Amino acid sequence: MENECRRTPLYEAHVKAGGKMIDFHGWLLPVQYSSILKEHENVRTKAGLFDVSHMGEIEVSGSDAFEFLQYMLTNDITAKPGKAVYSPMCYADGGTVDDLIVYKQNDDKYLLVVNASNTDKDFQWLQDNRKGNVYIKNRSDEYAQIALQGPESENILRSLAATADAQGILSGLKFYRYVNEFKIGDVNVILSRTGYTGEDGFELYCSPDDALKLWDMLCEKGAAFGLMPAGLGARDTLRLEAGLPLYGQELSETISPVMAGLGRFVKPGKGDFIGREALVSQMEGNMSHMLAGFEMTDRAIPRTGYEVYCDGQKVGHVTSGGFFPTLKKNMGIALVGMSYAEEGTELEVLVRDRKYAARTVKLPFYKR
Amino acid sequence: MEIYEGIKFTKEHEWAREEGGKVYIGISDYAQNALGDIVYVELPETGKKVKAGDPISVVESVKTASDIYSPVSGTVIEVNEALADSPELLNDDPYENYIAVIDPDDLSELDDLMDEEEYREFCSEEE
Repeated sequence: MENECRRTPLYEAHVKAGGKMIDFHGWLLPVQYSSILKEHENVRTKAGLFDVSHMGEIEVSGSDAFEFLQYMLTNDITAKPGKAVYSPMCYADGGTVDDLIVYKQNDDKYLLVVNASNTDKDFQWLQDNRKGNVYIKNRSDEYAQIALQGPESENILRSLAATADAQGILSGLKFYRYVNEFKIGDVNVILSRTGYTGEDGFELYCSPDDALKLWDMLCEKGAAFGLMPAGLGARDTLRLEAGLPLYGQELSETISPVMAGLGRFVKPGKGDFIGREALVSQMEGNMSHMLAGFEMTDRAIPRTGYEVYCDGQKVGHVTSGGFFPTLKKNMGIALVGMSYAEEGTELEVLVRDRKYAARTVKLPFYKR
Repeated sequence: MEIYEGIKFTKEHEWAREEGGKVYIGISDYAQNALGDIVYVELPETGKKVKAGDPISVVESVKTASDIYSPVSGTVIEVNEALADSPELLNDDPYENYIAVIDPDDLSELDDLMDEEEYREFCSEEE
């Protein structure tokens, strides 16, 4: 099976560091190095380094690129220069194609960073709806991506920034801002203050040829700040604890962004876009289900797919769940009937053959 | 891999060790390593009767829940309560920290299990 999997430019580095490699949507990536719990904790308290080179990058360019993306995406991409935009992309019925980040490279060129497993589907969807002077290119093979996450992230980058100029850019870069050209050592990167952990941090996009050099540089300089590499296992517990959605679980062809509680990324006021009518209707309350966070009050671990009950009746299922390492609680997110999503609702989760008590809570579970 | 002597193993990576006519059972070092950080152990109730191969406990790591099967038939006479609050003991020392103690129906069932050397070989083929 391993032979059929793709390797990122950092594959050898992971193996050398003791990474336990698994097949993740066709990519060989480390699920952990030493321990998911330790890596999770280290990102919350110091810093962790993630290889996310499997993520897809799709370039949309041309004189009509802006109008085209406004029509394809639910969020408004009219943003101040240097501001990254998170947006769902939807079908006409409001179901979600993917959720992604938009980086504007110049007036006629945008880079969409999409979920690895959705790259081909997204590319096709964009192609199928293409209109005007628009070019769509899958540039995924031209980018490696490294995520540096945790409270020490800025300090680590500062220790690597050669010039006063670079230092200034770093300290001035707010959350969800980015710069298209930044140098770490002699490696050119897109530097983005974004992430998927609920902590401060950066996502660095570079050429695959430079990825190993950048990784090694960060590991070396970061060690003094407590930096450790972290795998997909910790990435999942960190994002879930922070209440961040994972496509395929909290968002899907049947779970719209409004159902997922992401209505703030749907902007009907900007004009027409695919899914607008359906999403506006949902925002007015016309939907049967929505996501709710919950905490187990009995002792049991909820996991993806487990059924959720209220007064003996099945009312939904768990989309993601588990033991939350920082909060030290068994919690999760469930898709439930609208009337069961309200905070404080008493529910039951079917774990194996028994029902265990749970109560809905407000999202996010964890906030830094 | 660290293995204590006098222990027998199943193909599902449980261990069993006879002591004074009772059988202590747990999970192997290979199993705890494959599971990763263990965060919950669903202990069986004492008095429960099991057949060899029946699910007797569930060990949950951060990533997954795994059924534990009884290596022998008999009655659960004791469980390791320490695992309720410290499930990570199974990671720390899987051979010192048993899950349950069985009063076996037939001690000769242990003869069907792998000894240390056979188990080592079995694990190396699994990898």
